[in-house]
Amino acid sequence: MSVFQEALAWLNDPLNWTGRGGVLALTKAHVIVSTLAVLLAAAVTMPLALWLGHRRRGARAGVVVANTTRALPTLALLTLLAASGLFGNTATVLACAVFAVPPLLTNTVTGLGDVDADVRDAARGVGMSGARSLWAVEVPLAIPLIAAGLRTASVQVVATVPLAALVGGRSLGSIVVEGFGLQNYGQVLAGGLLVAALCLVVEGLLALLQHVSTPPGLRSLARESSTRRTRTRSSRPSPVAEPVTTGSNGPSPSS
Amino acid sequence: MHFAEAPPNPWFSWQYIERNSADIARALEQHVSLTLEAVAIAFVLALPLAALAHLRPRLAGPVLGVAGVLYTIPSLALFAVLAPYTGIGRTTVLIGLVSYALLVLTRNVLVGLQGVDPAVRDAARGMGYGRGRLLLSVELPQALPSVVAGLRLATVTTVALVTVGVVVGYGGLGTLMFRGFRSNYHAEIMTATVLCLLLALLFDLVIAGVGRRLTPWSRVESPV
Repeated sequence: MSVFQEALAWLNDPLNWTGRGGVLALTKAHVIVSTLAVLLAAAVTMPLALWLGHRRRGARAGVVVANTTRALPTLALLTLLAASGLFGNTATVLACAVFAVPPLLTNTVTGLGDVDADVRDAARGVGMSGARSLWAVEVPLAIPLIAAGLRTASVQVVATVPLAALVGGRSLGSIVVEGFGLQNYGQVLAGGLLVAALCLVVEGLLALLQHVSTPPGLRSLARESSTRRTRTRSSRPSPVAEPVTTGSNGPSPSS
Repeated sequence: MHFAEAPPNPWFSWQYIERNSADIARALEQHVSLTLEAVAIAFVLALPLAALAHLRPRLAGPVLGVAGVLYTIPSLALFAVLAPYTGIGRTTVLIGLVSYALLVLTRNVLVGLQGVDPAVRDAARGMGYGRGRLLLSVELPQALPSVVAGLRLATVTTVALVTVGVVVGYGGLGTLMFRGFRSNYHAEIMTATVLCLLLALLFDLVIAGVGRRLTPWSRVESPV
């Protein structure tokens, strides 16, 4: 029986789907841990990012943070946290939250920084205070980039959580790690496919959500500029070439 | 953070490093060779791929789209899908690393090529450059900053990613981290982590330095 058939057989076994270590329970754990990590990262990062973006500072700090976390292997952070006494899902949430910070930070700061200075001046001119201008003018205009950052961060977290199975966290990655331990490659393959599928589904859903959350006015604007760009290909894309929309573990694909 | 809570188990120990220097050196050598090999192979593959997508703009969308989707797949899942076919060990890790580096590099090279100033391209065409010569002697040099940025990104990412190879038993410094975790020996984890960070920093600086040498005209901005 080939490995692929074994994987199919594993996936077809109802016993593998139900129960405490079943696919459904693990998926739920996976999603909960990911959500907590993203929420934690957002709660810590967003106020700071909004403030930095409003004051038009911090772009450089964002780059430094992003590069450092990219070089820091996820496994290192997970083993460090686990070894210092934080086993299981607490360590996972903390470690993944760390890796969700850079996309949130850079995208929010950049998004707010890209708001047209004339628009800000106009907001001031009609008598808005700094906070009011931030909430009523700058944030709505920056929503597309902020949403993109949230999406990148979430996908990255969902892709990083499986690694935590190595240090005892419960997620879909547990299936893969357990399969390697048992040398049951059908199970390994099945787990890998499940993890990949979850990531792609989350990515797709968030892309949809990003589209919906963009204010309609900006949506048509974005479409116009993007079609114009592809037609003449004369505009200059940024040379930084960050994977803007996706990226499982920017350092990567879950480093 | 929470490092201070473990009194009997030092986070750093010269003794460990001295006694296990051979072991550490072996892991380090494995890590370095895997990284270099993966990035080199990916670079060799990425250049023609990006050039092709650039010459045939219709291919650019699909190439970038596929790269984006593949990039979403986590490394653990990729290793899990590869391992049953390529076995446990170096080959699996290398294939995984090459594919991720390939995605980053292709994307950056393509973006660099597309970002060439159309006026420059027009000037070269006006001087009678053919398509191939235009690509090799005008567009590629113009795209160098983006290529270098891509190389730095790919290398740093790969250094971090090698550690995941521990699931198929070949993870360079990741092996040390995981063993340290298994035996709850903090110094081993910390040493491997610090070496990983230093390695990434070193590669990054070297490539950035080479890039500066290659593009003396673009000292104004340093991407990433």
